[in-house]
Amino acid sequence: MPGKTIAEKIFSLHSGTDAHAGDIVVADVDFVMGQDGTSPLAINALEDMGVKEVFDPSKVALVIDHSSPSPVEGVSALHTIMRNFGKTTGCTVYDVGCGVCHQLIPERGHVVSGDLMVGCDSHTCTYGAINVFSTGVGSTDGAAAMASGKLWFNVPPTIKVVFNGTLPQGVFSKDLILYLVGMMGADGATYKALEFSGPVIDALSVEARMTISNMAIEVGAKAGLMEADDKTIAWCKAHSDKELHPQSADADAVYEQIIEINTDTIVPQIAKPHSVDNVSPIDEVEGTPIAQGFLGTCTNGRLEDFAVAAKILEGKHIADGVRFIVAPASKDIYLQAMEAGYIQTFVHAGACVVTPGCGPCVGTHDGVPSNGENVISTANRNFKGRMGNSEAFIYLGSPATVAASVIEGKITDPRKYFR
Amino acid sequence: MGITAKAFKYGDDINTDYIISGKYKFKSNDMKAMAVHAMEELDPHYFEKVSENGGFLVAGKNFGMGSSREQAPLVLINSDTKAVIAKSFARIFYRNAINTGLPVVICDTDSIDGADMLDLDLAAGVIHNVTQGTDITFSPLPGVMAQLLADGGLAAHFRKHGGFNL
Repeated sequence: MPGKTIAEKIFSLHSGTDAHAGDIVVADVDFVMGQDGTSPLAINALEDMGVKEVFDPSKVALVIDHSSPSPVEGVSALHTIMRNFGKTTGCTVYDVGCGVCHQLIPERGHVVSGDLMVGCDSHTCTYGAINVFSTGVGSTDGAAAMASGKLWFNVPPTIKVVFNGTLPQGVFSKDLILYLVGMMGADGATYKALEFSGPVIDALSVEARMTISNMAIEVGAKAGLMEADDKTIAWCKAHSDKELHPQSADADAVYEQIIEINTDTIVPQIAKPHSVDNVSPIDEVEGTPIAQGFLGTCTNGRLEDFAVAAKILEGKHIADGVRFIVAPASKDIYLQAMEAGYIQTFVHAGACVVTPGCGPCVGTHDGVPSNGENVISTANRNFKGRMGNSEAFIYLGSPATVAASVIEGKITDPRKYFR
Repeated sequence: MGITAKAFKYGDDINTDYIISGKYKFKSNDMKAMAVHAMEELDPHYFEKVSENGGFLVAGKNFGMGSSREQAPLVLINSDTKAVIAKSFARIFYRNAINTGLPVVICDTDSIDGADMLDLDLAAGVIHNVTQGTDITFSPLPGVMAQLLADGGLAAHFRKHGGFNL
């Protein structure tokens, strides 16, 4: 028998079967998560199922992050439903100010290497970076998993992506994943798992790896997996008391495709309106005027993202007529960024720092652009209407690109700030 | 046993924000009220047209890309969309559709024109185009999904069997 991919190993482990790509298995899940855009429907689905309890309250968390604190009465009512559900079932509710679900779930140690988990949010694939098979599901699937601790899965075939070379100065993991999304297209890996590897991945921090796994869904993938190395294991142990069971691919694992990318010549990348795969090297859009910059989100709202942006913004001021919105991915990151002085740097430079959460990225509040305005953002999506206005234009880039661009009031190649 | 209704045709890569804009989906749990905004970004009259006698949403490749929010299939169901027929689907939307009881069909949609009358036989894997007098065949859903759809979606399946029975 040929060897197995990471996905096949995690599904074998959790279903008690010899799982291979294409098999349909019912597997045990280690954790289930929902956010405020999806949990109320999951609670409805549980009622529909006639279920009053969750399978294990310590393995379920609801995160109030998408419209947090509530901007309108309707949202407040949905938040109340979630808080009440937490009280009656005993599962964790992360309330306003705690942060973005995809930062909180790994940061609070709910999942570790080798786990299988589902989240009612498409970017749940983020934790693939710490060797977790994590995937986005809808509210009804989430409810079934909350009720039973199990879910059915179609074991996906895997595409292996190998990043060779070194990362040039001013180029970051965000640029790598944007490059790949541009290359593969928005449906380039639909129904498949991705496995990221190679010396460039090995050299990245765990946080930078999360940026890559986060955007696996932007090529339609079910998961964006990486092997657990010493950095991963140290990271998991620093955040969790749970037992790790890391899974590596066998040397003779069967891949549907192997993509090799040399990163030596990759330059900063920009996704242009209105799709994430509309990617070009930065020189093609350099000089495009911007009205707003946004640093944050589950893709790039982590401490090292803030460190890079603060280094560029230190002692400088954003351009006249530009707004700069900053949202830390979690309360812990907010506190660490304050201690490191990054928040002071941003505010002195003219930034508006908002509550840790998803508001600006999904367009629920905290920075909805006006008609015709261009925005440069560290987010993972730039669909029409994404930031709350379908007449605005969203460009995606790395934290360094956003920092350089708000200083100059136009899309700017950040590499000049690293010379 | 087919479902007969009119086709309403759109293009490739229709994302969940087009199916139901973010500005509505966060504010309410009332899918009937939200259904009037279905597909609004692409076609402001979609709800009016489809809710009159029901209809099929016909599209190109990668239908339903983007968010995991189940509001997307639910507003289509509540607008009286009988099925979505597309060349391919984004993974989460496809699964959400089955779970909520919205039939999804993968086939070549090039020959279907907007306003064609279609008769869809899910079990047999045939769409009869009544207007053009032609047939399109497709692979019927795999067993697990056919069973969930037959039970009326995942919640109904769960209630009926007291858990998964797959």
